[in-house]
Amino acid sequence: MKTAFIVFSLIVFALLTNGLYQALVAAPTEATMGDVQRIFYYHVPSAWTAFLCFIANFVASIIYLAKRNQKLDAFAFASAEVGVVFCTVVLLTGPIWARPVWGIWWTWDARLTSTLVLWLIYVSYLVLRRYATGGQTATIAAALAVFGFIDVVFVYMAIRWFRTQHPQPVVGGGQGSGLHPAMLHALLMNFLAFAMYAGLLLWLRYKLERTSHLVEEAHAARAIAGDAR
Amino acid sequence: MNKTQYLYAAYVVTWVVHIAYLGYLARKAARVRREVEDLKR
Amino acid sequence: MLFFALLVVVIFSFSFEPTSEEAQRISGGLMWVAFLFAAVVALNQTWARELRNQVLDAYRVSPAPGWSLFLAKTIGNFLFVMVLECLMAPLFVVFYNLRSVGPESMLALSAVLGTWALVVNGTFFAAMSLRTRAREIMLPLLLFPISIPALLAMVSATTATLTGDSSPTLALEFLAVYDLVFTIVCLLLFDTVLHAE
Repeated sequence: MKTAFIVFSLIVFALLTNGLYQALVAAPTEATMGDVQRIFYYHVPSAWTAFLCFIANFVASIIYLAKRNQKLDAFAFASAEVGVVFCTVVLLTGPIWARPVWGIWWTWDARLTSTLVLWLIYVSYLVLRRYATGGQTATIAAALAVFGFIDVVFVYMAIRWFRTQHPQPVVGGGQGSGLHPAMLHALLMNFLAFAMYAGLLLWLRYKLERTSHLVEEAHAARAIAGDAR
Repeated sequence: MNKTQYLYAAYVVTWVVHIAYLGYLARKAARVRREVEDLKR
Repeated sequence: MLFFALLVVVIFSFSFEPTSEEAQRISGGLMWVAFLFAAVVALNQTWARELRNQVLDAYRVSPAPGWSLFLAKTIGNFLFVMVLECLMAPLFVVFYNLRSVGPESMLALSAVLGTWALVVNGTFFAAMSLRTRAREIMLPLLLFPISIPALLAMVSATTATLTGDSSPTLALEFLAVYDLVFTIVCLLLFDTVLHAE
């Protein structure tokens, strides 16, 4: 197990380094925006990775509600946390990119705003996790996860229809559409790198959560056994 | 702040977030390890 | 509760002093934020009363299905919040000198659909918050993000009707779908939350 972990970490590190190289050096400079456009190679893959994590959280939560398997709960918690980390990156890199390019920090563009609400929903999930008491935290959290995920669809539509009234600058000019092949390559390499990194983090976080669970159970078992030593 | 500085700011911010999270994981891991040691005794 | 509602309206009126034209455009948003705060204060109490006399435990062992309890609570809360809104809305009209360009029936419809959206999720999250520390803050913390799409729609519908700039139909249909979907989700999941102990 340990060796697998170390090997995986090294692979992830190599992928991330390669990704960095692709983004900063190998990819051609964009015509209109210049070098600042390279933020795209971190911003977009982080968004995709965050979405993957949240989808994983949704699936794990639903199956948990059906099967009540503690491992699923640990995985749900882990995926929400890692998803929030990547979502934070998206929300920070977005404005940093927007400022020099459009002169504004924020715009109520459907995608950026949906990401903000997504972040809010999953942060509220993490807060619930932290502040819930009693043995059924997992169940309540899973219920919230279902709500949150279903809501995401509504969020995107609502912002498109009821907020985006003025012409908005489109973030990224459409991923993959009419993108120079070298740029697409840099984008995908970074996506692969970040997705693998997210996998690594998930693994770590999941193991941590499981160990925490087992420690709690051991404490409880001891208390019940009355410490007969 | 010229345009390229924004580029580096974005990349730096990304890694700051990730390193902060790794730090949080490390602290949590240390705490759990201590609890496991306590249990073993 | 009633006095709180009045206070909210007055505070908003003091904070925002728009011209009459601006007022038509922003009052929809202001009203709904005021309703949201009033609803949260009301919702926070909704399950607390049951806890006090172990009534909640009685519900759990009763043969009545969980969803019927939930529905009853939600309808009760809905009626209560609607009453609050009926009191707050005229105050807004007075303070901001509002006139509706579009039909008032649309305003009533958006009030009904919007309130249901807030109350159905609010009642559910209030039940979820029972088993958390910092219960009072947990409810709005959970409710607000999830309600954002509904909020956008209700404000859009209200503003569209007040200003007559556009048709509120899309927003109302959106709200109706939101209400339907989340009511079903709440009904399906309530048993799980009720028995979580």
